[in-house]
Amino acid sequence: MAAFAFYLFAFLLLTSGLMVITARNPVHSVLWLILAFFNAAGLFIILGAEFLAMLLVIVYVGAVAVLFLFVVMMLDIDFKALQRGAMKNLPLGLAVSGIILAEILLVTMGWQPGQGVIVHEALAGPPEGMTNTQWIGSQLYTRYFFVFSMAGLLLLAAMVGAIVLTHRRRVGLKKQDINVQNARTPAGTLGVGKAGLGQGVEL
Amino acid sequence: MIGLTHYLAVSAALFVLGVFGIFLNRRNIIIILMALELILLAVNINLVAFSAFLHQVHGQIFAMFVLTVAAGEAAIGLAILVIYFRGRGTVAVDQADLMKG
Repeated sequence: MAAFAFYLFAFLLLTSGLMVITARNPVHSVLWLILAFFNAAGLFIILGAEFLAMLLVIVYVGAVAVLFLFVVMMLDIDFKALQRGAMKNLPLGLAVSGIILAEILLVTMGWQPGQGVIVHEALAGPPEGMTNTQWIGSQLYTRYFFVFSMAGLLLLAAMVGAIVLTHRRRVGLKKQDINVQNARTPAGTLGVGKAGLGQGVEL
Repeated sequence: MIGLTHYLAVSAALFVLGVFGIFLNRRNIIIILMALELILLAVNINLVAFSAFLHQVHGQIFAMFVLTVAAGEAAIGLAILVIYFRGRGTVAVDQADLMKG
């Protein structure tokens, strides 16, 4: 049963990954990306990492993929023009990715754990009396606390950076400025001028 | 029985799909960012698989940090994309070097 689930999730993950990069319409690409994240979450659950699986669904599908969808749909992009010359890089791309795949598989298939490292054949879980999530928390907030705070700082920097990059002061916009309104006095706005006979008034 | 090697093979294939996607869609920066997400997802699968089979929690914790970095990277990348589109009216990045000084 676990083997069937693994092959199902792995097949769907790779298929949707392929569709992400080959789909003609970027909106479809984002939807395939969401499917890929869901299947990766399924793989994580088989591995016993249920906290990361939920994190993947919430953070990736709920935030990152929706952000992508927003940007793709908000900007009026001519996607047809972007596809010109796409096939030009195909041989080079196939060569480079083929070499990378061959090398990784070569290393992976011949991989042996180092001396004294125990690899459990059965799917492993947390220590006795602890759920996997408790296990993560017990390490994250103690041993990795500094790194954890740095991750928070990194997210803050990303947020500030994104706001600074996209925020713009628009010129020519008529907005109410209360300070200017309150600072107005009759002295600054009213004046008495002389209107000569037979002439207009110069303002 | 599904072993560690199976997971590593899936992760390798997904990584290569991401790399290939960058080659295939060299002009469209949105797809390039999505291919980067695929690559980081492959890295996460690798980390979690090792974490499960070596009976250690550190792989999962590092996968969380990779997730954090990926989220920040997507936000900044899309912000840059938006200002690039505002200035140029297109997201074709093969001529992005025209911006230089």
